[in-house]
Amino acid sequence: MNDKDDMIPSEAAELADQGYSAAGEVGMIKARRSYRENIWRGLKSAPPTALFGLTVISLYVIFAVFAPLLAPYGEAEIFPMSYAPWSDEFMFGTDQLGRDVLSRLIYGARNTVGIAFVTTLFAFVIGGGLGITAAINNNGWLDNLLSRSVDVLMAIPSLIFALILLSMFGANTLNLIIIIAVLDSTRVFRVARAVSLNVVVMDYVEAAKLRGERMFWILYREILPNIMPPLVAEFGLRFCFVFLTIAALSFLGVGIQPPTADWGSMVRETAGLIQFAEYDFTAAMTPMLPAAAIALLTVAVNFVVDWFLHKSSGLKD
Amino acid sequence: MSDDRMGNKGDILLEMRDIVIDGYSDDRWHEIVKGVDITLRRGEVMGLIGESGAGKSTLGLAAMGYARAGCRITSGSITFDGMDLLKKSEAERRALRGTRIAYVAQSAAASFNPAHQLIEQTIEATVRRGIKPDAEARADARKLYRDLQLPNPDSIGERYPHQVSGGQLQRVMTAMAMSPRPDLIIFDEPTTALDVTTQVEVLAAMKRIVEQFNTAAIYITHDLAVVAQMANVIKVLRYGETIEDAETRKMLSHPEKEYTRSLWSVRSIEKPEEHSADIILKVDHVDASYTGSAKVLDDVSIEVPRGHTVAIVGESGSGKSTTARVITGLLPPSSGQVIFNGQPLPPTLAGRSVEQLQNIQMIYQMADTAMNPRHTVRDIIGRPLEFYLGLRGRERDTRLLELIEMIELDESFIDRLPAELSGGQKQRICIARALAAGPDLIICDEVTSALDQIVQKGILELLLRLQKDLGLTYIFITHDIATVKAISDQIVVMLQGRVVEQGMKSEILSPPFPAYTELLLSSVPEMDPDWLTGLLKARAEGAVVSG
Repeated sequence: MNDKDDMIPSEAAELADQGYSAAGEVGMIKARRSYRENIWRGLKSAPPTALFGLTVISLYVIFAVFAPLLAPYGEAEIFPMSYAPWSDEFMFGTDQLGRDVLSRLIYGARNTVGIAFVTTLFAFVIGGGLGITAAINNNGWLDNLLSRSVDVLMAIPSLIFALILLSMFGANTLNLIIIIAVLDSTRVFRVARAVSLNVVVMDYVEAAKLRGERMFWILYREILPNIMPPLVAEFGLRFCFVFLTIAALSFLGVGIQPPTADWGSMVRETAGLIQFAEYDFTAAMTPMLPAAAIALLTVAVNFVVDWFLHKSSGLKD
Repeated sequence: MSDDRMGNKGDILLEMRDIVIDGYSDDRWHEIVKGVDITLRRGEVMGLIGESGAGKSTLGLAAMGYARAGCRITSGSITFDGMDLLKKSEAERRALRGTRIAYVAQSAAASFNPAHQLIEQTIEATVRRGIKPDAEARADARKLYRDLQLPNPDSIGERYPHQVSGGQLQRVMTAMAMSPRPDLIIFDEPTTALDVTTQVEVLAAMKRIVEQFNTAAIYITHDLAVVAQMANVIKVLRYGETIEDAETRKMLSHPEKEYTRSLWSVRSIEKPEEHSADIILKVDHVDASYTGSAKVLDDVSIEVPRGHTVAIVGESGSGKSTTARVITGLLPPSSGQVIFNGQPLPPTLAGRSVEQLQNIQMIYQMADTAMNPRHTVRDIIGRPLEFYLGLRGRERDTRLLELIEMIELDESFIDRLPAELSGGQKQRICIARALAAGPDLIICDEVTSALDQIVQKGILELLLRLQKDLGLTYIFITHDIATVKAISDQIVVMLQGRVVEQGMKSEILSPPFPAYTELLLSSVPEMDPDWLTGLLKARAEGAVVSG
């Protein structure tokens, strides 16, 4: 940090009275904080909901990363007892094939959340890249081609469209990621294009064009850093939707395929247990666990996104 | 209601004692006004002058007992017509505003509600506060429009804000302020956003109406020549402190403080003109239009001699900036061509080679938007060094430092972001960015018009020095004649997309003038308190043809 940064105006005034110098010029100079300071300040002022959300997300990440260490049994390890009740040995019982539900819940964090994260990232690379490109080419042929194609894709209900495509190309993880990423990138495209339109009119973008910069440089260095806050918030929201879509597709049987543990298919596989609620309440809760895991993460991400949106929109109250 | 305001001229109307105002930024309160006194008598106009950040606007608002968001009046007293405003409740203060104290803001366009007719907005406060009944207020508003010399005074009130020009809107706002017949009007840079030719009309209208109703006024501006026309007394502020105050004439003829004198001397740069026959750039019979609109440029031909400065002057909409866009290749001309170093330039940006792009650089009016807020000075200046010259690492940093020193800044600026720079420093960084490419020609688009006078002077001197040292050629686009005098060798006068006149500075700035040049030149305020009165008299007598 430079001493001048913290100079209060009256000291600067005395200095400047010794004659004009460009370096001594004051005005609206603001001191900059380091990234770490900024993050720390942000966290200190975060509302309890956001802190709750952050805690939950961190826990999920820990479970996902350390799944093999935390799970008592293997992901696809089969025991001779199907539908075992909750006990010390199998904390949440076993499923229809005799696999430990707790272990599969923990591995599910890795699979469902991991795949949803990769898919969302992919959707942002495609949608964000094309959206900014369209904004740079505002109202040119490329913008029109991309925007109208996106309109066409958005006109078809996405879950049904995904079902059709998955049945056509086969339900494996790679296809799942690509299809959902492409379908979701249409939403990202719209947001990225809209926020970029405010940035592409800036003189610094014109200056970069005048310099002869390539499209990629303008996109990545001039525009992207300036539209990050709304995109990050959108990332959180999109992640929730992708996550729910994957869970829904798995529940319908075309998502993540067995034996890979996944919360959506876990709900489907053990759903039948609900009808035994009057005889064994804990057993009936088994399908509720993965459902609750999905719900909790969605709520947590939304809390964080709300806070982030609030901050980046500059609203004070 | 209006009995008590018939005080005698010379009675003290507003007395502000030892005002201290804090502003909140970077998590703490800073003093932005530090113990300023103001005494204003009835019928008197006080000019508040200073650079940005001097606290002029904050002080102006404080005269209404108001502190904007993020500011607070911490001590002092504000006595308005015997009432201590700071001891009154917010509701009582609010009752005074818009009735006995009025405010005219800088940007009229941003201050009107676009969904209501002008006359509704003009009389709103007057009618709502019950000063006059609706019909009477309307009649009075029309009379005010007439006094302010608005066209069609009887019907202009039925229009909406977007249907009148900026200068007219500023006058309507003055009518709005005048409608309740306030004792005090605060003008906050009311003509800063206007063209010189429009500014004269607005100034004249405001001066006349303030005198007519014997209203006291505080006139805030950074333009000395303007304040000289309006004010009886002038107060110079800097960093929230009073530097000097005196009567206008005394202040202009015998300023006491060094700082005040430096403000006065800004317009004193004068460059001897030089002639040259070596033409670096030729704009040859260029027509241009934006898609779907009428011609913006009509048969424009300009010759730019190497190593010299051509100033393009004209009011907004005259095609100055469009000419720059054609030269840089951002807007391909519909006919005609641009010849650079003897070679015709490809009309579009995409068609030009890297060398052609490198040779013509541009500096923008708003340094704020011309630099990516997320890039540091190192990125901003370093990029053209990498891009055009292929410099990397240590080589690049050495050159970077040379450039930074060339623009009179130092090492400590290299890792700053644009938000950490002052206005003048930002513009210097933009100059360095243009220099980094090693160009022959730099197009300066109103580069000083967003800056304070003292900073303007620094920038102009820097540009002149760089021209001398590096043999640069400038095209200098501006509407400010003082800047033109300071920097140019040749002048091109533009009006409505055509070149009205072009030639050497001495030819253009000496009579006989074509009508438009005359209007433009005569509209530039001078440091003479009698200038406006004299000009209006001359124009009324028909000595000056109006364009």
